[in-house]
Amino acid sequence: MAKQAVAGQNPTYRFNEHDKRMWREVVTPEGAIIHLRLADAGERAVALIIDAAIMLLTLILGAFIIFLGISDGFFSAWGEFSEILFTLFFFLLRGFYFTVFELGRKAATPGKRIMRLRVVARDGKQLTANAVFARNVMRELEVFMPFSYLLMGAGDEPVSGLMTLLILVWLGVFVFLPVFNKDKLRAGDIVAGTWVIRNPKLELAEDISQAVAGKDTSDFQFTTAQLATYGEHELQVLEDVLRNSTIEVKKAVAERIRKRIGWQPVPGESDKEFLDAFYKSLRHTLETRMLFGNRKKDKFDLEKRG
Amino acid sequence: MSDADLKSYRFRSERESEWRSLEALLEKIRKKGEKSLDREELLELPRLYRAAVSSLSTARAISLDRNLVSYLETLCAQGYLFIYGPRTTFWQKFSSFFKRDWPAAVYDAGRATLLSAAITFGFALIVFLLVQSDPEWFYPFQAFPDERTPEASVETLRATLYTESQDLGGSLSVFASHLFTHNTMVALLAFALGFAIGIPTAILLAYNGCILGAYTAIYFNKGLGYEIFGWLLIHGVTEIFAIILAGAAGFMIGGTLAFPGDKRRIDAMAEAGKKAGTIGMGIIVMLFLAALLEGFGRQLINSDMTRYLIATLTGLGWFSYFYLHGKRVS
Repeated sequence: MAKQAVAGQNPTYRFNEHDKRMWREVVTPEGAIIHLRLADAGERAVALIIDAAIMLLTLILGAFIIFLGISDGFFSAWGEFSEILFTLFFFLLRGFYFTVFELGRKAATPGKRIMRLRVVARDGKQLTANAVFARNVMRELEVFMPFSYLLMGAGDEPVSGLMTLLILVWLGVFVFLPVFNKDKLRAGDIVAGTWVIRNPKLELAEDISQAVAGKDTSDFQFTTAQLATYGEHELQVLEDVLRNSTIEVKKAVAERIRKRIGWQPVPGESDKEFLDAFYKSLRHTLETRMLFGNRKKDKFDLEKRG
Repeated sequence: MSDADLKSYRFRSERESEWRSLEALLEKIRKKGEKSLDREELLELPRLYRAAVSSLSTARAISLDRNLVSYLETLCAQGYLFIYGPRTTFWQKFSSFFKRDWPAAVYDAGRATLLSAAITFGFALIVFLLVQSDPEWFYPFQAFPDERTPEASVETLRATLYTESQDLGGSLSVFASHLFTHNTMVALLAFALGFAIGIPTAILLAYNGCILGAYTAIYFNKGLGYEIFGWLLIHGVTEIFAIILAGAAGFMIGGTLAFPGDKRRIDAMAEAGKKAGTIGMGIIVMLFLAALLEGFGRQLINSDMTRYLIATLTGLGWFSYFYLHGKRVS
């Protein structure tokens, strides 16, 4: 498929069925509609793995400092506190790592930042501290508790085979919950009224209609019938092709358009020139129709005259 | 600009510099924080934001440049998140949590709290009476493998209630281990397990109540009733209250899952979850205080009278905070 860079942020044009399903609408107090792209389950999984790795490294580093620095070092008189300190340190890390980072200005843990994700309230309002707390307490149930049972067992007894199976089922239910609902919510998101979105990327590229500015376009005069062939959807596909595609793709697209509208190539015209000129003419036609409230959605949208 | 330009392109080129300055301001806020803006920039921000929102509406109506419309959408989304974000600092948030949000949320959860307390104390009472009639009933609920059993002598039991050595290290280790162990985990789980329609929360509270009943009963049987309750309540008022509130928060989540009312289930869950989350954050504070009382208070104070006095004071304190002050602010 096409590249993810510029494309995929418009309400009317999406890459594929999956991408189409991942967009959500938010209405601002001014009444403007803004679209946000939900994070894929895979991106969130990678973010979680990064966070888990960071937590593990911090824990090992912390243990190293506490036990070496205190037991043998300057504070050796405080030896008995090292275990207590470590317990406290582990407790704080486990309980507050996610909460503290998600309360920050970027509303994301380091793992989420690397994956360019952020936590947002589903109702479009401000993300509150209690929501962040609630969504992260649920992690205790979703991940920490089953994992620690699996690793350490209950009390001193090792975990039996049946118990292991039950815990794996438990883990499976929570881990795969985001895959099986349309908003990709995990249990914590459901309880806290949040969801995880891709950080919207701000990028204003050159207007393609300016590609032909100052050039002689007298060779490219399209008839009304030719310009009535396509609609807004095809215009936006063409925009995507012009912005993101390789020469081969452009060539194939140009060939198809020429054939469809019955265009007789001007001697020496290049695919790029043809597409640029056609884009501008088509956009001009469709934008004019739009101003008169007579929009053409796509090529299947036939003329309605009333 | 020539006449050959599209109308939508002219629209863009007339306004692009304003969008770019809004973009630059938002970028500055993201990198250096809102404090880095000077007076003029702060005054300029809302104007630029409104201009961008109006540009977005116009662009949707006149332009088919997909890149332009999505740029404006993203710009407005970022501006919106900042303009309608909270203007409070961490300390304002912090003080409003303790002054208003938390007590009000606990007050509003009154019915769930009653249910949670009824389960805990109901089962505690049942097991207490059972162990009184037959000490064998203690063993199913023996949670700690130590000397506290029905066979222990009065002296052994009495010795577990008072601390001879006034060692700071010992207090600290009790403090730290209790942040972590049994009761904190019970509280967190009671909250999280509410997700399964509250049933595991109820079982957990009942089991916790049983342990409570079983242990107090063996002391009571040996004529140490007055002493055990002093030992328990000095921190227990705060700690058991915290666990009951955690259970109440769990019931709020579970109850909403089962009976969402008029709203869509997912919306009702989100609303209940946020209220429960407010209570939950407070529970961490309560458990922290309980651990302090348990670690230091109980180890250093060996007089029953003083223990009861502190228990009464904390009880009255929490009650008036949640149900007198909480009622006023909710």
